[in-house]
Amino acid sequence: MTLATIDSTFERCTEIIGDLNFPEVRRWKDEHPGGKAVAHFPVYAPVELIHACGILPVTLNGAGDRLDIQHADARFGSFICSIVKTTLEMGMTDHLAIIDGMLFSTICDSARNLCYVLKRNYPHMYLDFMHLPHNPMPGSGVVPFLAAEYKRIQDELEKLSGKKATDEGLRKSIALYNENRSLLRDLYALRAEKPEVLRTSELYALMRAGNFMPVETHNLWLVEALGELRGRTGKPRDSIRVVVEGSFCEQPPLDLIRIIEDAGCYVVDDDFIVGRRWFTEDVPETGDPLTALADSYVNRSVYSSVRHDARKPRQKELVKKVHARNARAVIMLIAKFCEPALFDYVLFKRELEAQGIPHLLLEFEEKAFTFERLRTEVETFVESLLFE
Amino acid sequence: MTEKPAAGKGAAEKPKSEYRGQIHKLQKDLMTRWYQRLEESALTGNPKSVSLLISGACVELLESFDVVPIYPEVNALQLAIRHESLEPILYAEQMGYASDNCAYVKADVGAMMLRVTPTGTKMPTPALALCNFVGCNVYTKWFEHLSEFQQTPLYMLDTPFMRTDSPRKEDVAYIVQQLHEIVKILEQITGKKFDIDRFRHAVQCSRQVEEMWSRIKRLAQNVPAPFDAYFDAITLMGPLYTYRANPKGVEFFEVALRELQEKVDRKEGVYDQERFRVVIEGPPPYPYFRSFRDMLSSWKAVSVASTYSTVGGLWEFGFRHDAENPFEAVALHMLEQNLCNRNMLQRYEQIRRYVEEWKADGLIIHFVKSCRLFSAGQGDMRDYFTRTLGIPTLYLESDIEDPRYFGEAQIKNRVDAYFEALGHAQATGAAVAHASSQAAGPSAQNLRVID
Repeated sequence: MTLATIDSTFERCTEIIGDLNFPEVRRWKDEHPGGKAVAHFPVYAPVELIHACGILPVTLNGAGDRLDIQHADARFGSFICSIVKTTLEMGMTDHLAIIDGMLFSTICDSARNLCYVLKRNYPHMYLDFMHLPHNPMPGSGVVPFLAAEYKRIQDELEKLSGKKATDEGLRKSIALYNENRSLLRDLYALRAEKPEVLRTSELYALMRAGNFMPVETHNLWLVEALGELRGRTGKPRDSIRVVVEGSFCEQPPLDLIRIIEDAGCYVVDDDFIVGRRWFTEDVPETGDPLTALADSYVNRSVYSSVRHDARKPRQKELVKKVHARNARAVIMLIAKFCEPALFDYVLFKRELEAQGIPHLLLEFEEKAFTFERLRTEVETFVESLLFE
Repeated sequence: MTEKPAAGKGAAEKPKSEYRGQIHKLQKDLMTRWYQRLEESALTGNPKSVSLLISGACVELLESFDVVPIYPEVNALQLAIRHESLEPILYAEQMGYASDNCAYVKADVGAMMLRVTPTGTKMPTPALALCNFVGCNVYTKWFEHLSEFQQTPLYMLDTPFMRTDSPRKEDVAYIVQQLHEIVKILEQITGKKFDIDRFRHAVQCSRQVEEMWSRIKRLAQNVPAPFDAYFDAITLMGPLYTYRANPKGVEFFEVALRELQEKVDRKEGVYDQERFRVVIEGPPPYPYFRSFRDMLSSWKAVSVASTYSTVGGLWEFGFRHDAENPFEAVALHMLEQNLCNRNMLQRYEQIRRYVEEWKADGLIIHFVKSCRLFSAGQGDMRDYFTRTLGIPTLYLESDIEDPRYFGEAQIKNRVDAYFEALGHAQATGAAVAHASSQAAGPSAQNLRVID
């Protein structure tokens, strides 16, 4: 695909992320007869493993407001977040028929149970649960454990695809995703430096579109976008620089992100789809690839609400992020019923207050489509900072 | 006979179902002693105390160092059952906890901040917050918060979730290696050298307790069942967690087993005439424990098995700690042999066995808002048991800790409709599953939340 202008790229990305029929996955499957697609539930998955087995990795992001929930409520009941229900609803309405397998991990209790509910209802599908560890301390034996877990997953993926992943192939996959993460880091740096040039809603769409297409293609799009953005100019606005935190799994609707920006915020960092930017530096492309991936997960990850790491208390890391991006405030943007984020809010709030950093809590649901109340809250928050 | 007409209003409707034997006196003594030890620890620093969680607890290791465990869950449930949970919950919500956060955590944190304990005794600041993470992701948050608020060191004992049919050797090795790390920490805390024989002894005590507890649970296969495996089991669960690895626990379970066996020998049930046998899935509504029990008693319905009673460990299907391989035994218990670390489909199978082997007429699923580990997906569970297995299933929603989510009249209506349908089906030989699945009512989203 050739991209005429950066605006058309963003437009195309918006179309891709809004289409529940996975058009780019279908295109890939048409081009690779017999090819398999394996999706993973947010937040993080070792996509390199999937890729090296010749399978197309897909990151699920629920269904937003584009699917009425008619069946999943009865299976999951009240007090359960939207993405768990919309994902099940997608299964129950055949939207996941293009997907051959799904990986889940230890992010929260609801998502874990969803894995097994799907397993019962879709016995023909490859459904697996990964234990991503919570004890990163060196004496715990965690890296060999995780490398063995990745090997188990690799074996299952190889059975599904009928293709063996070689060490060389794995290193190539690691290199491709390193490039992807590095390009995203560049885009994030560009936005923080010149938020008037790259809107967060644009960056978000560009990043999220990568969830549904081959990494090779996404890399091309990112390179092209970066090139064009370097020549783009924008008129600085009288906005405050904020960090958005809390939307690492269920994703806020694109319109909500636009509203936050329009209400007077430059979002200079966020944790949207954080799994795409999971590592603080490249995964080593030498040595045993499974150990490289495992060691990177344990020792070179960003902090996360769904992973315990005693070495990096999240509340301290958030404050560091605020300072590093020269932000003035934090917006906690949390999916309704998201227990990990709601728990973390308590310690984040405490630390932000201790550090004198203003913050605003907003709750959203991916299936929401009107945001007037949230707009007013953000506007009031911004005004209170501008005139303080 | 245990059933006596209750005095006063509604006596005919609510037969007294509780069994009050020696078990209750001994249980009370043991729990009082546990709180006293905690107070001693708070006042004198001896014994040392360590916070631990119920599910898959490695209490044997603590016992071998003579360290007393603090179980925040036990404190939280004690507050709820005494109708004292709302104030700490509200306090925690003022701190920033959401209405949708687990109320066990909120009650515990709120009570800690307010310096409230269920018994009025003092609670020590633990020397270590030992988070035995076995499936419940809230555990990790809970102990991160306790560690932060109490300025206590935290060790995250990460237990791989049961995602394969049998435990993987890498999983066991990972847990064992962490247990050895904890030994070093306990040596530092207590100033005592680790003694493998003391550890083996603690593990052996657990093994004996598990054997007796397992036999007790199997006694409920008798018709009539000599005790209620949901409501009465909770009485036994206190000593099971606090004193399992201690000779006092062994003594307690010897008495309990003997007493309940004698009831079986006398063919004594929970009621003079047991009408319904049910399996209950999910934790109890502790703030309305009595009311909920009365709802079932009024139908002379006894729970013959419950999943909640396997949160700490699943022993009735044969697992025992092994003193010959104590570290591996503790690891296997954490990994495979407690409800929380097992996946949903393993729980479906557990319940299916209960219904068959304990000869139950139906299943009651209690969705608790606080506990997504239990509750997320229970609608699918209902679908499986009603549609696939044809087992009459009732689905209820409330909470384990927060009294604001128990709609008493509504729950009673649903319980009544369920047993009415079951009774009708028993009398007429009608299609039980179909009748009661309708009685089980609409899907969860139609249930009102009392707020």
